[in-house]
Amino acid sequence: MDVGRDTQSPEDRVRSVIDHALAPFAEGAQIPRHALLPVLRAIQSSQGWISKTAVAHLSQRMGIAQAELYGVASFYHLFSMEPSPRRVLHVCDDVSCRLRGSRAIVERLSLACAPEGEAREDSAWRRSPCLGQCERAPAALQLIAGDVPKERTFTVRSPEHAEEIFRSPDEGSAAELSDIVVRQPRESLRLLRRVGVVSPTSLDDYRAHGGYQGLRRAHARGPAWVLRELGEAKLLGRGGAGFPAGTKWSAVASCPGREKYIVCNADESEPGTFKDRVLMEGDPFAVIEAMTIAGFTVGAEKGFIYVRGEYPLAATRLEAAIGEARAHRKLGSNVDGSGQRFDIEVRRGAGAYICGEETALLESLEGRRGEPRSKPPFPVHEGLFAKPTLVNNVETLCAALDVVARGAADFASIGTKDSTGTRLFCVSGNVANPGVYELAMGYSLRELLALAGAEFSRIRAVLLGGAAGTFLRGDEIDLPLTFEDTRRVRATLGSGSVVVIDDKTSMMDVLRGLAWFFRHESCGQCVPCRVGTIRVDELVQRVRAKVPLGSWEDERGRLTDLGRVMRDASICGLGHTATSAIESAFERFGLWPDRAEKKGGA
Amino acid sequence: MRTEKPKGRDGGLVQIERMIELEVDGRAVRVPEGSTILDACKKLGVDTPTLCFAENLTPVNACRVCVVELEGSRTLVASCSRKAEPKMVVRTDTERVRSSRKMVLELLGSSVNMSAAGEFENWCSQYHAEPERLGTPSHAPAVIDNDLFVRDYSRCMLCYKCVEACGDDAQHTFAIVMTGRGGEAKIATEFDVSLPESACVFCGNCVGVCPTAALQFRREHTLREAGEWDLAKQTVTKTVCPYCGVGCVLELHVQGDEIVRVTSPSDSSVTDGHLCVKGRFGWGYVR
Ligand SMILES: Cc1cc2nc3c(=O)[nH]c(=O)nc-3n(C[C@H](O)[C@H](O)[C@H](O)COP(=O)(O)O)c2cc1C
Ligand code: SF4
Ligand code: SF4
Ligand code: SF4
Ligand code: FES
Repeated sequence: MDVGRDTQSPEDRVRSVIDHALAPFAEGAQIPRHALLPVLRAIQSSQGWISKTAVAHLSQRMGIAQAELYGVASFYHLFSMEPSPRRVLHVCDDVSCRLRGSRAIVERLSLACAPEGEAREDSAWRRSPCLGQCERAPAALQLIAGDVPKERTFTVRSPEHAEEIFRSPDEGSAAELSDIVVRQPRESLRLLRRVGVVSPTSLDDYRAHGGYQGLRRAHARGPAWVLRELGEAKLLGRGGAGFPAGTKWSAVASCPGREKYIVCNADESEPGTFKDRVLMEGDPFAVIEAMTIAGFTVGAEKGFIYVRGEYPLAATRLEAAIGEARAHRKLGSNVDGSGQRFDIEVRRGAGAYICGEETALLESLEGRRGEPRSKPPFPVHEGLFAKPTLVNNVETLCAALDVVARGAADFASIGTKDSTGTRLFCVSGNVANPGVYELAMGYSLRELLALAGAEFSRIRAVLLGGAAGTFLRGDEIDLPLTFEDTRRVRATLGSGSVVVIDDKTSMMDVLRGLAWFFRHESCGQCVPCRVGTIRVDELVQRVRAKVPLGSWEDERGRLTDLGRVMRDASICGLGHTATSAIESAFERFGLWPDRAEKKGGA
Repeated sequence: MRTEKPKGRDGGLVQIERMIELEVDGRAVRVPEGSTILDACKKLGVDTPTLCFAENLTPVNACRVCVVELEGSRTLVASCSRKAEPKMVVRTDTERVRSSRKMVLELLGSSVNMSAAGEFENWCSQYHAEPERLGTPSHAPAVIDNDLFVRDYSRCMLCYKCVEACGDDAQHTFAIVMTGRGGEAKIATEFDVSLPESACVFCGNCVGVCPTAALQFRREHTLREAGEWDLAKQTVTKTVCPYCGVGCVLELHVQGDEIVRVTSPSDSSVTDGHLCVKGRFGWGYVR
């Protein structure tokens, strides 16, 4: 495809990009639908947008109608369906980055560089929902299209720095990022113990630090043993819903047939969450080993890791590690000489929070719009390609590896009776030392915040569990961080996101950010959520501007009604939880203008 | 789960129907396996509003107006798609159900023009829904890019019916799809090109299934614009399409002395409610 590249017309060039991306499939053979997203990514990253020529050629090659392709591509925010400059800077303007100065950056870019979304020469910028770099906030991701596309992640040190990035040439390091810092004593760590210690690309290093002991144990003792250990360990899912992992693994294991799948949910897009990124970047072999054990246990031969589109380094490291593992026969047709057949493919998202919802993720893997399915049927029975599928979060898989490697008794001896093991917490916002912290379940929020260097007298609120979580007041932080204690106060650990908001920050600004996030990220499939998120956003804007529609009493009734119908009648968890943080804030802080606290309010 | 389908006497397939018993509003009801909660409600004569559901399309359960309470379920469930299971306990007459339906009606009515959507206004009074309390829809001009039908997306509730009729469920043309996301989602062709430039073959099946009159025959549109569209003055005559030998059942809707729209019954075994361009639009000369 390199031949005569300079003389090729843009139309020919995009056609050859498509043909190159489809080269693994035989000429004339039916190309499977699930190949679609990777090709769309290839087009986007080489051209900067997806043109009519591209859609027409892809339609002809894949035998999918043009409208259908357009419908899929236009769902994902990292795909541009209009001519777009080669370089786009995605500036995070979500909750954690706002607390760290992203507003000033956005202002500077609009004044000094270009209005949002408009091209200046070959550059543009736009605001982005949480990029999952909250410990390095304020963050930005620059995508540079071309024959050798680049994805650069930045900590934006100042508004001037943002301007510099906007104008800078393509050269320069792939990422201007500080390394992951683990601030806790190593001896106390389980999931994080190798992060920052091992070389993430060296299988030997991984093995020298205890790697692949779990797989050896699983192979020696068999699937039934693994299932029993998982059940006894009482490991609960770390992706948000807290479903018992052992129950899920057993359900998939008991389905007949050999065609089953392991799917690692690495879409991590809950605002303020970055723990999965740290695990994938710092200890990628652990994710691979854990998935291999899962494949062995439930009888699946193929795994997919769905990594959010905004995590270039995690995807690269996982791909490199998979290559290494194959070369050392830790993946392939005879894993470790045990007779197990297992392989893994990395798939990347393209800018859609909803694709973290497990059934939307499966739709996306299959090459469709990320619209959640209605359940039942559940993925354990009818998942990817309608086959039994185990979907687990990255951290859940790493915790399962910990269970297998050290035994259920050891795992369950940590934490509380109902919340076993350790948990990764992502602390960001107004604290001295933002980062991932690993704690045995049961420590209080106060103890966690002390580790992260929070100034207690200045805490106005803590957002626990992400945008789909709950706000707590500064005087509620003695809460033990367990599933049962959070449930008791109608809060949730969710994704482990902990955003600290100080007393200089306007709560109504924070709420507007959350309302915008859900309005932006709703898939649009069902009425309560599609229209409801818009109405909630409008309502929050009215409260912020202190201009009610009718009386404040009417507005309170409206918020209650909207929250209720979204919780009761939406299809998926996005709609179910979209008002929970906002409602919790109205309950706890004097935010209604007619009931404002003396000092509080907007 | 699936039952074997033994051959019938005539060589066709006869389904052995296993019956399921469940409870709806305190009353026991038996329905064949594979039925939905909505089927059970219908059997008992329990009136249930539906908008995105149609007998001849795969349920997408997107509008959520048909929700009911199901014992053991944290949230309400869509009756149009949720399969009935033995011993289910369903309630349709609770405050929670009524309040959700009311809100769905308000959300819809506040965002798009639902005035031509069947029983919408009756349901609004039945559920005490006041859509204006949440907002009023903005108006956008209808898309008129061909001689046969118009697309007035200010009436579109995004029920997916036209997409299904154009795609997997009937036509297999895939000319129109859901595009974009969230509040920006809309039904469109690729890059929003006009229908004549798209793959559309003008079968009108999308028009036939649209519940809100977002898709309208040109004549219907003209009459509606002039304020002359009047269902009360319309009669419906059944006939068989004269164009080919398939024998599609047509329903000719006549107002005054002209045919203003052509449909086919969705329970027709020949058409399933779907037609081709000739049957749907080839009657312009009949006066
Ligand atoms: C809107 C939404 C977004 C979600 N995003 C994620 C995510 O980014 N990562 C994740 O692991 N789970 C996410 N989940 C939860 C998944 O649906 C699913 O419960 C989880 O992947 C199961 O894995 P676990 O049992 O290991 O927690 C999300 C759920 C919803 C409703
Ligand atoms: S609740 Fe929201 S995100 Fe979920 S299916 Fe409905 S519209 Fe989509
Ligand atoms: S007229 Fe037929 S082909 Fe054209 S958009 Fe409607 S259903 Fe599709
Ligand atoms: S045009 Fe009609 S059928 Fe199509 S989605 Fe809109 S309301 Fe439904
Ligand atoms: S009729 Fe059931 S969800 Fe629309």
